[in-house]
Amino acid sequence: METATINNNFKSEEYFINMGPQHPATHGVLRLLLTIDGEIIKKVEPDLGYIHRSIEKMCESDSYQQIVHLTDRMDYLSAHINNEAVCLAVENALQIEVPDRVKVIRTILDELTRISSHCLWWGVMGMDVGALTSYFYGFRDREMINDIFEETCGARLTMNYNIPGGLMQDIHPNFVKRVKDFIVHFKTKIPEYDRLLTNNVIFQKRTKGVGVLAIEDAISYGASGPVGRASGYSCDVRKYHPYSALDRVTFNEALHTDGDSFARYLVRIQELWESISIIEQLIDNIPEGEHKVATNAVIKLPKGEYYQKVETARGELGIYIVSTGTKNPYRMKFRSPGLSNLSLLNHITVGGKIGDLVATMATIDIVVPDIDR
Amino acid sequence: MKIALFIHEWIVGLIPAEITGLTQMVLIALTYLTLFAVLGLYLVLLERRVAAWFQLRIGPNRVGYQGLLQTMADALKLLTKELTGTVKADKFLYNLAPYFVIITSLMALGIFPFTKNLQAYDLNIGLFFLIAISSIGVIGILLGGWSSNNKYSLIGAMRSGVQTISYELSIGLSLLTMVLLTGSLQLSEIVEVQKNGWLIVQGHIPAIIAFMIYMIAGTAETNRAPFDMVEAESELGAGFHTEYSGMKFAYFFLAEFINMFIIAAIATTVFFGGWLSPFGITESIPWLGVFWFLLKTFVLVFLMMWFRWTFPRLRVDQLLTLEWKYLLPINLANIVIMALIVWLGLTLQF
Repeated sequence: METATINNNFKSEEYFINMGPQHPATHGVLRLLLTIDGEIIKKVEPDLGYIHRSIEKMCESDSYQQIVHLTDRMDYLSAHINNEAVCLAVENALQIEVPDRVKVIRTILDELTRISSHCLWWGVMGMDVGALTSYFYGFRDREMINDIFEETCGARLTMNYNIPGGLMQDIHPNFVKRVKDFIVHFKTKIPEYDRLLTNNVIFQKRTKGVGVLAIEDAISYGASGPVGRASGYSCDVRKYHPYSALDRVTFNEALHTDGDSFARYLVRIQELWESISIIEQLIDNIPEGEHKVATNAVIKLPKGEYYQKVETARGELGIYIVSTGTKNPYRMKFRSPGLSNLSLLNHITVGGKIGDLVATMATIDIVVPDIDR
Repeated sequence: MKIALFIHEWIVGLIPAEITGLTQMVLIALTYLTLFAVLGLYLVLLERRVAAWFQLRIGPNRVGYQGLLQTMADALKLLTKELTGTVKADKFLYNLAPYFVIITSLMALGIFPFTKNLQAYDLNIGLFFLIAISSIGVIGILLGGWSSNNKYSLIGAMRSGVQTISYELSIGLSLLTMVLLTGSLQLSEIVEVQKNGWLIVQGHIPAIIAFMIYMIAGTAETNRAPFDMVEAESELGAGFHTEYSGMKFAYFFLAEFINMFIIAAIATTVFFGGWLSPFGITESIPWLGVFWFLLKTFVLVFLMMWFRWTFPRLRVDQLLTLEWKYLLPINLANIVIMALIVWLGLTLQF
């Protein structure tokens, strides 16, 4: 394939380098085939498949309870939200109404997941533009969320806390206090983020006007999440198709119109504040009640097609289930935010420098298992 | 200095007169090599501890008291490592490259006046020599990047070439500004002039501008963040030294740290009075000059580490824009201002 590319499309002054699969900036096993003229990028071809685990195919032979455990291995930074997507799909198909308590807890944990994902992204973003220190700061704050998850469900990365019909177990007695402590702590840390990166002249120089994505392209490429919203494309699933307890909270959709890397950065920083505000609205009045409703041991979805979408930290995750009435889906399809966001990469980085590619790739916030299911 | 005189007399009494000069030269060379190695190792340790401090970590603290032997252990590890290389590398140039880098740093170290009498060689064109020597190091980087037969290395080397050659200008011009003030290129002379106030005070506005430009250009010259696009680990893996292993890699690494020390030492000598104590408080104890010299230098070294652990990296075109469109014109104007100030006698002296 490489040889073919070289023979057909190369000019004499252009050359070809591989970025990845082990490259530090590819955030996982992504391979980019770069055509370069000097330092200017002529073409970026993502070459996927290095971590492909055929999750969609595996879902076809698993029961619905088991499928939940596969989804958190996809976008492992939004594991809790991914789990919730499957659970919501199954619950809607079976027309199960989960208790209020479940809805509120799910939403709080969703937003914590989003914060933790954005923290890690922020750290890595800094690292990709050459400021290693941010990496540690991001992890410091993410650690507190991981601790909360560990105490709640025993897992720090792949949570599996959601099950069809509710939650695996009730929250830990310390949960509310810990979340409140975290909120107090984190509110003082976001200004620190701003001091270290956002307001830094070099950082702004590196990201402003870099990797510009117009709103039309954002829509036609299917961009979602912060990538789409940074181009002014209002696409927040939480606003337009509220699920769980999102219909009872007020929050602003983070929108910017510049469409460059800096706008994508600002959208995520603003989302941190919005997530905090959502948690604050819910944490003080978690309703009493059961933490799950009884479901059959073997869940069979009625014949038909089901679609459920949620807003993960990277954008819109769609779950499409075709059921023939048996205990496994006939076909399962994930519409992952990472794949459509990655498809933009060539479009927005051509003409830039290698350094721009790295900065832009960071603001797209790719998680490779999410792309390569 | 009495100790030096004592050693000199001791050697003269010990061996035939014909080879005393040679013996002393060898001894001095060995002393400087030791200084070079120890300095390099402890700058690495310092960098790691400073980085840890900035990043809320602890840093190496297990090998020896407070980790003081950590870098010794690292050096031992690097010494015992296999020297691997690429098959298609240009072997001769590939092996030669680290020596270019390390020898230039060593040569530069030789002419610093640590105190009034503690100086290996008091060159009358010292500053000129430093500027000339520092531009040789880039040859090593270019050779290493070119001969590795690795595209990342090549990009790193090309970046380094373009960067070092550009910023060389700013370093030269900002030091030239100070030469206008002192009227001498000899390092010991430059320090003597500062008995009436450090040059950064004597030259006030243009001197401060020159100092800022010097620090920016010096950071770029040593390929350190925010100007480390030679290495740019997130873009190029490890840049020009990707294919180097073991001690050859350590040479590049060591040279980078020594260069940082040299840049800070030049700034100390030219702007902050070298070995002179502030307001002459320890003038009666000359050997304390080493203390003052090292203190000032390490404050500047810390400043450069501070840059590294807080700033993101510039892009290569922005780097060149900064140099050619901003620093260079400012520098040229600054020289004129300095010349006017010296001519009109507007310098501050105590």
